Amino acid sequence: MSRRVGLEASLAAAEAARMADVDVIAAYPITPQTHIPERLAEMVADGELNAAYIPVESEHSALSACLGAAAVGARTFTATAGQGLELMHEVVYVASSMRYPIVMTVCNRALSAPLSVWGDHSDVMAVRDTGWIQIFCQNSQEAFDLTLWAFRVGEDSRVLLPVMVHFDGFHLSHVTEPVVLPEQEEVDGFLPRFRYPFALNPDKPMTHGAFGPPDIYSEAKIAQEVAFRKSKDVIIQGFKEFGDIFGRYYHLVESYRAEGAKTLLLTMGSFSETAKIAIDLKKSKGESVGLISLRLWRPFPFEELRQAVGNAETLIVFDRCISFGGPGGPVSSEIKSALYSEKNRPEVVSFIGGLGGRDMAVEDFEYVIERGREIVEKGSKELFETVGIRGKVTGIRG
Amino acid sequence: MKEKSIKFGKNVVTTEEFVAEGHSFCVGCGEALALRLACKALGKDVVVANATGCIEICTSPLPVTSWRVPWIHTLFENTAATVSGIEAGLKILMKKGKMPEKDIKCVAVAGDGGTSDIGIQALSGAFERNHDFLYLCFDNEAYMNTGIQRSSATPYGASTTTAPAGKLSIGQTTWKKNMPEIAVAHNIPYVATACPGYPFDLMNKVKKGGKVRGPAYVHIFSPCPTGWRHASDLAVEIGRLAVETGVFPLYEVENGRYRLNIDRSKLRPVEEYLKTQGRFRHLLDEEIAKIQEHVNDEYAKLKAKVACFAA
Repeated sequence: MSRRVGLEASLAAAEAARMADVDVIAAYPITPQTHIPERLAEMVADGELNAAYIPVESEHSALSACLGAAAVGARTFTATAGQGLELMHEVVYVASSMRYPIVMTVCNRALSAPLSVWGDHSDVMAVRDTGWIQIFCQNSQEAFDLTLWAFRVGEDSRVLLPVMVHFDGFHLSHVTEPVVLPEQEEVDGFLPRFRYPFALNPDKPMTHGAFGPPDIYSEAKIAQEVAFRKSKDVIIQGFKEFGDIFGRYYHLVESYRAEGAKTLLLTMGSFSETAKIAIDLKKSKGESVGLISLRLWRPFPFEELRQAVGNAETLIVFDRCISFGGPGGPVSSEIKSALYSEKNRPEVVSFIGGLGGRDMAVEDFEYVIERGREIVEKGSKELFETVGIRGKVTGIRG
Repeated sequence: MKEKSIKFGKNVVTTEEFVAEGHSFCVGCGEALALRLACKALGKDVVVANATGCIEICTSPLPVTSWRVPWIHTLFENTAATVSGIEAGLKILMKKGKMPEKDIKCVAVAGDGGTSDIGIQALSGAFERNHDFLYLCFDNEAYMNTGIQRSSATPYGASTTTAPAGKLSIGQTTWKKNMPEIAVAHNIPYVATACPGYPFDLMNKVKKGGKVRGPAYVHIFSPCPTGWRHASDLAVEIGRLAVETGVFPLYEVENGRYRLNIDRSKLRPVEEYLKTQGRFRHLLDEEIAKIQEHVNDEYAKLKAKVACFAA
């Protein structure tokens, strides 16, 4: 029998790691991620979890220790946020390139300066191209479900890639919500034991991480890219298997009341739930609007996005990050490039807001929808507009 | 090489090689010799984590490898952290019955830059957390793999490409960072210095470090013909000179107790060591005198520690 409990998203992720019977956790404390390593350390101290908890001296060492643990075949977990993800940046590339299926929760946080411990997606965008499978959660249940799912997909012998499970710092990491926790047998049925085929062991010596001279580096990187893109099939299969066992089905792109809508709003992460209320209000006034939210950020779900967009005329993309001097919010530019080859593509409008913990209320999303439609009707040369930020920014031209 | 000075007994040293021939070390490399001996001392039941540097580059160009033991390279500064994960991983997998019990030694291998500069934070952390691992620092006193740039382990007066001797400079203007003493300050069970010019001493220390439960650190003085500007047949001799002049004393610290392994009643003048190498050839008498004084002081300090905390 599953049980329904009130659980903070951070604690739900820790609970998923426990039920996954992780072998090694290496983590360094950083706000707003702290509740995850604290809870796991407590579980180890109380004997609720039989794992090695390595209290490393930095995030760089956190992920480096995870590399070593994964290399000997241990199921490995870590969590970080913002500056911590930046400090481990070079290790992030190594984890995926060496094909270690580490699972890492990222409690999305803004980047300094000025210092901000609060949430936005700047840390995510800085690791966009690192070759990790990246998935976004919208609530505590998803924090549990997708952490479990991350082990299942990353460790699949057809994949062997690390997975980042993103959830918004504070807005989700510190929110207590009802979570349905499964029985251990159900988890064990979904998540087989990790058997890493290339574990470092004196009985069968192997070399990991040899260097790549120019006559082999290119082939190595292209092989990685091919494997990464192919992981999509297992990602989809993982969602189906998860749904069949636990009854909750996830999709690469989630649509909410979007069918046939002329105007679509696109969000990523926990703000999607606020945006849903704005959609409901607009719908109740008879407006033709809907919401799509990206669940899978990498590998990018091109096909699924095009299907979700369908024949919409206007697509309003909301970003929680600035791409300095770039073509607008980083999500919006991905969306534009994904739709560029489509014959009937919608007008794409880019909004930036919710930076460094700035909240987005329902009326902010209503404004975004209204103003987005207005921009399309009247035309605008601005690459993006802001929402919920004091002062009007103009003259941002391509 | 003076053959008669080498002790050899059947079955004393294994004829098995763990780092295969065909590597790309420079001719006469002291580090390659030290690595070969260290690996013989450790045997096959090891997992080696290697920092970026000469050893890594000379033994692992894809798609081939010199390593006949399990080996991993990830990055430059994180080797002690990587080995922490390896050690914790093996231990918990055995504890949970997910792999058979076996005495596997986790070994970290790094150069002086990877140890005393960029890797010192990770190393300090791994020492403090009391992981069961052996850390081997192969000290050739500069960033040799990238082309003889100075490190904090470069000795005073040496000319390197980023601290070159010139009209206004003697080259390195700072004293060599005392990495073994930094290791001792972490209160780890075993710290030793070694040099391939004393092969049996080196192998014994590596073996001992490998048997310790907890962190062990062996700092291996590794003459570098390319970077030190000396003839390629002199690595062993120069290593011995470094010991005999007191420039690099051979000692061990077991649970805080000091033992001087080679204790000459009279040290040879430091000039005899300096004159063998092109990196010091610009030094004038007054600088040599300054180095001699520093060596005397450091040696006296070490002797005092030995007297105070004898093993």
